[in-house]
Amino acid sequence: MTIQTPNGFSLDTSGRRIVVDPVTRIEGHMRCEVNVDDNNVIRNAVSTGTMWRGLEVILKGRDPRDAWAFVERICGVCTGCHALASVRSVENALDIKIPFNAHLIREIMAKTLQWQDHVVHFYHLHALDWVNPVNALKADSKATSALQQMVSPAHPMSSPGYFRDIQNRLKKFVESGQLGIFKNGYWDNPAYKLPPEADLMAVAPYLEALDFQKEIVKIHTIFGGKNPHPNYMVGGVPCAINMDGDLAAGAPLNMERLNFVHRRIQEAFEFSKNVYIPDIIAIASFYKNWLYGGGLSATNVMDYGDYPVTLHDKSTDQLPGGVILNGNWGEVLPIDPTDHEQIQEFVQHSWYKYPDEAKGLHPWDGSTEPNFVLGAGLKGTRTAIQELDERAKYSWIKSPRWRGNAVEVGPLARYILAYAQGIPFVKDQVDISLAAFNQLAGTSLTPKQALPSTIGRTLARALEAQYCASMMLDDFDRLIGNIKAGDSSTANVAKWDPSTWPKEAKGFGTVAAPRGALGHWIRIKDGKIDNYQCVVPTTWNGSPRDPMGNIGAFEASLMNTPMERPEEPVEILRTLHSFDPCLACSTHIMSEDGRDLATVTVR
Amino acid sequence: MNSNKQILILGIGNLLWADEGFGVRAAEEFGRRYDCGDAATVMDGGTQGVYLLPHIQDCGILILFDAIDYGLAPGTLKVIGDKDVPAFMGAKKISLHQTGFQEVLASALLLGWEPERILLIGVQPEEVEDYGGSLRPVVAAAMDNALAVAAAELQSLGVTVTPRQSAMTDAGSLGPSALDRRAYEDGRPSEDAAFRKGDIRVLALLGAK
Repeated sequence: MTIQTPNGFSLDTSGRRIVVDPVTRIEGHMRCEVNVDDNNVIRNAVSTGTMWRGLEVILKGRDPRDAWAFVERICGVCTGCHALASVRSVENALDIKIPFNAHLIREIMAKTLQWQDHVVHFYHLHALDWVNPVNALKADSKATSALQQMVSPAHPMSSPGYFRDIQNRLKKFVESGQLGIFKNGYWDNPAYKLPPEADLMAVAPYLEALDFQKEIVKIHTIFGGKNPHPNYMVGGVPCAINMDGDLAAGAPLNMERLNFVHRRIQEAFEFSKNVYIPDIIAIASFYKNWLYGGGLSATNVMDYGDYPVTLHDKSTDQLPGGVILNGNWGEVLPIDPTDHEQIQEFVQHSWYKYPDEAKGLHPWDGSTEPNFVLGAGLKGTRTAIQELDERAKYSWIKSPRWRGNAVEVGPLARYILAYAQGIPFVKDQVDISLAAFNQLAGTSLTPKQALPSTIGRTLARALEAQYCASMMLDDFDRLIGNIKAGDSSTANVAKWDPSTWPKEAKGFGTVAAPRGALGHWIRIKDGKIDNYQCVVPTTWNGSPRDPMGNIGAFEASLMNTPMERPEEPVEILRTLHSFDPCLACSTHIMSEDGRDLATVTVR
Repeated sequence: MNSNKQILILGIGNLLWADEGFGVRAAEEFGRRYDCGDAATVMDGGTQGVYLLPHIQDCGILILFDAIDYGLAPGTLKVIGDKDVPAFMGAKKISLHQTGFQEVLASALLLGWEPERILLIGVQPEEVEDYGGSLRPVVAAAMDNALAVAAAELQSLGVTVTPRQSAMTDAGSLGPSALDRRAYEDGRPSEDAAFRKGDIRVLALLGAK
C-alpha cells in the first residue's frame, strides 16, 4: 500500500521490514524501522523514541534562580545550552538586562560548547559511519601523507612517520582484542567507500581531536568555575574581573587567564580550518555518489536565531533564525516562540492523550498524559515488539510543528537559513568548501543540491564550528576593549531579590544548541517556579507523524536511500547519526513496557 | 602518555534519578568529609560521558563511584579493580551514562592512557525510576562504607587523608548549592504537586478534568 504524505513523500510498506534498535551509541534510546523494496531502497521509515521524558516536573516550586543547575543535569551532552536557555528564560520573564561583559562571556562559553560538541560528535560518534578503521590498517603511510598534504596543505601533522605511528597504535589496539569502540562495525560492508589511505587519514584526527578537546574545555573552567558542570547565574556570569589580579585558584578573571582563552580560541579556529573541514570535504569527495539523507532539509527548516552582536536585538543575530518552507530559499518567514499559533505539539502518533488529538497545543498549554497503546498492525506482543504499527501511536516523542509544518532543526537548518539570508561569513564558507568538494570529486554541485544531504548536515556542523571560533575571536576583542574602557561589571543583581519581582511573570529563552533549536518556557508565581517547559531539538527532528500525516525529519531523511545490505544498516545509522540525535532529554525511561521495547537489536 | 600520579576521585551518574545519583553523592560527600590536599581531585562527573575524557586522561589513578546493577541485594557494595572495570561497566547497563562511560575508558586507553590503578566502588541501586527523587535509605546507608574503601585505597597509595573538622561550606562543594543533597531533597515538590513519573504537563490535564 502506498501513502502520499502532505510533505511530499510516498510511503510504501509492502517490502521487507528492517528494525534497528537502539540507534544511538550514547545518550538515549531510539528505535528505527524501515521497509525496503526489492532493490533494498528504503520506502517507509518509522522513528521511535523508546523512553518517556519527564524533565520539568522537579522544578515546580523551586527558586527560578536555581533552575539552570537542575536543567544542566537533564542530559550529559547538552549541559551548557540547557543552563543558558534557563537563565535566559528567567531574565526574559523578569526583564533583567545583563551587563555587556556577561553577554560576551556567555557567548564565548556557548560557542566553545558548540565547537567542542561538533568536534566530538564527528570524530567520536559519527566518523565511523564513513571511515573504516580496520581498513586503515592496510594503508600505505607515504600515500596517506601525500593525500593529507593534498587535501589540507596547512595540516599540522602529515608526515609518513606520523601516519605510521597512528597505524601502529591502531594495530596494537585492535590486536589487543580491545576493539571497544570499533567492535560493532560492519567493516566489510561495501557502503564504506574510502580507500585505506583515506581511512587512515581520517582515523588520525579521531585521536587528535579527542586529545585536543582537553585544552579547549579549560575555557569553561575559567569562565564557569566548576568543570565539567560550569556555573551559570541569572543576571550575568558568576566570575569577577580584576585585570591586575594574580593567578591563585578561584581568583578573578585577569589578563593572563584571558590570554590563555585567546590562544585556545585561535587553536580551535586553526583546527577547524586545517583539519576538521578538510577532513569532511575529503571524506565527502569519496561519497560524491551518496548524496542521500536530505529529507526535510530540502524543503522545511527552522531555527530561533542566536549569537546576537547586540543583546536582545534579534536583527543582529549572526546566525539568524526563521523558517523556510517548500525549499523556497528566497523567502525566510519570521518565527515567534511565544505565538500559540506557530509552535504546537501534536500527539496523535505519540503515547500521550489529548482531549482532541487532531489539534496541537503550544508548550504553555500542553499536557502529557501517558497513553501506551499499540496499533492493530503490531507484530509481536506488548512487551516484545517485533514491528510497530505506525498508523497508530508509536513513539514517546511528540510531534512539534511550525504552523502545522514538519521542519528540520540543527546546524544544517541554521546554515540554510543563514545562506539564504546572505550572511557573508556563511556564504563564503559554503561556497569555498563546495568548490573544494567539486574540485576533488569532479562534480559541479550547487549549494541547493549539495547541502540538503547527510553529507551536507555533517559539513554544516564543521562549518558552524569554525564560524563559532571566528565569532569568539570577535567576542574576545570586544570583551578586552570593554574591560579596558573601565567596565568590569559581570552581573546585574538589581532584581536578585525575589521581593523585587512581580507576583506573576512568564518568559522564554532560546538557544542555538548543537543539535538545533532549543526553547525553555517558564512561568513564575510568588517567587517560585509555577511551570517549566523545554522543547528540545531532538523532539523536532525525531518526531513521529502528525495528524495531517506529515512524517518527521529523521523519517524523511531515510526515505529513498538504497541499502547495500539491509541486515547491516550502515546507511540508516549514518544518516540518523548525522543529526547527532540525543534522546536523553527529549524522552526518558518510563515503565517496563517502555523499556521492553528495546528487544529487537540489529545493532 | 599520562602516567603521572594524579589521582581523580570521580562520581558518575544522574542525581535526578534517585539511586542513579549515588556516584555523584558519594564524590560530593567524600569531598565534604576528607581533605587529601593537592594529591587528589574530587569531581562530580554527572552523565558527561565522553566529555570526561580529558580528566580521565590527566589522571594516573582513577577512583570511581557509581551505581551499578550487579544483580545483588539493593545497597550492596561491590569493589572492582583495574582490568575488570570496563567489562563490569558494560555488563548490565541500568542507565544511559554507563554506555558512555565504558566507551570513555576504551577511548582513553586507545589514546594511550596508562592508568596505574582503576578502582570502581559501586553500589547496587534499589530505585532508579523516581524522577526528582534522592537516594533510597538502603543505598544511602552504603555511603559510609563506600567512602571508607576510597579512603583506605588512598592511604595505601601513600596519600594523607585527613577527616575535616566540620562540613565544608557551599563555596567548597562540588556543585551549585541548590543541588546539594539536603537542599535537593528538601526542595522537592510534593507528589501531588508534581507527578514523579513524568512531566508537569500531565497536571494541566488532570486539573482540567
